[in-house]
Amino acid sequence: MILSNILRNSKNIGPKVNGCRLQSTLIIAEHDNEKLATVTRNALTAAKKLGGEVSVLVAGTKIGSVVEEVTKVSGVAKVLKMEGDEFKGFLPEVLAPLVLATQKRISATHVLAGSSAQSKSLLPRVAALLDVSPVTDVIDIKSPDTFVRTIYAGNAILTLKSLDAVKVLTVRSTSFEAAADGGSGTIEDAVPAGGYEKGTGSEWISQELSKTDRPDLASAKIVVSGGRGVKSEENFKMIYDLADKMGAGVGASRAAVDAGFVPNDMQIGQTGKIVAPELYLAIGISGAIQHLAGMKDSKTIAAINKDPDAPIFQVADYGLVADLFKAVPEMIEKIK
Amino acid sequence: MARVLVGVKRVIDYAVKIRVKPDKSGVVTDGVKHGLNPFDEIAIEEAVRMKEKKIASEVIAVSCGLQQAQESLRTALAMGVDRGIHVEVPQAQYDTLQPLHVSKILAKVAQDEKVDVIIVGKQAIDDDSNQTAQMTAALLQWPQATFASEVKVEGNEVVVKREIDGGLETIKVKLPAVISADLRLNEPRYATLPNIMKAKKKPIKKITPSDLGVDVSPRMQIVNVEDPPTRQAGSVVPDVDSLLAKLKEKGHI
Repeated sequence: MILSNILRNSKNIGPKVNGCRLQSTLIIAEHDNEKLATVTRNALTAAKKLGGEVSVLVAGTKIGSVVEEVTKVSGVAKVLKMEGDEFKGFLPEVLAPLVLATQKRISATHVLAGSSAQSKSLLPRVAALLDVSPVTDVIDIKSPDTFVRTIYAGNAILTLKSLDAVKVLTVRSTSFEAAADGGSGTIEDAVPAGGYEKGTGSEWISQELSKTDRPDLASAKIVVSGGRGVKSEENFKMIYDLADKMGAGVGASRAAVDAGFVPNDMQIGQTGKIVAPELYLAIGISGAIQHLAGMKDSKTIAAINKDPDAPIFQVADYGLVADLFKAVPEMIEKIK
Repeated sequence: MARVLVGVKRVIDYAVKIRVKPDKSGVVTDGVKHGLNPFDEIAIEEAVRMKEKKIASEVIAVSCGLQQAQESLRTALAMGVDRGIHVEVPQAQYDTLQPLHVSKILAKVAQDEKVDVIIVGKQAIDDDSNQTAQMTAALLQWPQATFASEVKVEGNEVVVKREIDGGLETIKVKLPAVISADLRLNEPRYATLPNIMKAKKKPIKKITPSDLGVDVSPRMQIVNVEDPPTRQAGSVVPDVDSLLAKLKEKGHI
């Protein structure tokens, strides 16, 4: 009786003890050489669910302010820094060897980043160099080796147990709160100078970023989105006006991007951005599977569409069957 | 002239509403319409255009999977690919086949076939991993150009416009390199009937992962596959005033 209790208890406490003693997480910070990206704060919250010590790697051409910012984020034990001109453009060929060397130095059991275009380029490259199978867009962490993610455009939820020694994960930012300030991490060099082999083969040339004063899509409380039904780039002005009245970020369906109404970085869906705002207002969007994948975790969904059979109405909390060219101007006028 | 390898995956058709198996071991695939992964169609199109522009001398398509993967290879051949390689993986291993395994296979084939460019889709619409290009590039120690929306080959270099979170970015990679295709790279052609007939005569070589010396033992265990939580049915409101009232009630405006 006693023995079986001990066995049962040891089974329960075993992984926890191991978790605290042996677990060590390396988070790859995303930043623009000035400010830390919010997705990294989301990843820090995910890391807390893993237990163990959390170190954050900050690499870039000019990282002083980011390093300082990261030391203050709650949950950060160590900031591992590496500054150099070679990190211009944050190329994965250059960053991956550094991440690998840093992981080895601190014997990290988990390498994590917030899901973004940058981390989706980098982390699989790191994982292959470690000969492990990475896990993309994790929405929940059940234990240090068991993760939850969506497959088939969010239409099925897979819980998987990773059998690899090192777990390499990107985490979906809408599934984890952003970690706030309140920490006091220490700063050290990621690896000694000349302590790793530098990668090459690619060169960063230029960027064309879409300029906007509107809230960032990923963190906006309200998102107003337009689709094919908006019909033209000029008509999209109406969507921007409504969004501005509501203090909202502006998104779009693939149809609206493909038709050239808006730039690609506004696309919401399986292959674009994933958002989960308090309110998602879909205007002239039919609600294809691929679009729903990017917004169906929104708290409230409202839709305006003239087709009463549009699939969007099956997920909308409030649906208005109306011509958007009448309804949207009316909304703009009536919202104080 | 460059030799190009394209990766091809057979997936459940993008328009199908998938069903989770009652025993929660996966999704129902038997009797379900399958097709070429849409991103792979774009990859194939780009490779074939390279051949048409006389940048590429030969385009080879590889698919890893069940016997039926050959259908997808035939589609690629009908679009203009020269020949196919089917790396047959039996069902037992196919269920846990991961991008890491596929990348090792692609990397080995790329070396054996002496290719200069590998083009794959940015992600498969079934597992939504978005890993294969990056991992293949890592294994070969080649540069990578992911999420490409424009590709220009200039001698021994490729200038690629990439879709990133805030907009677009241009990079230059040295050949040999791996490229992953984003949606806006091109508009894939339809295979015409004469080309579908011609494709039947093009060769498909069948090999196994062990022929290539690639270990496909599982790197993960599927704990379960479940339906996502369903949303409560909403209501239809009669006019803009009622919509605004509802949103106000919820505190959104």
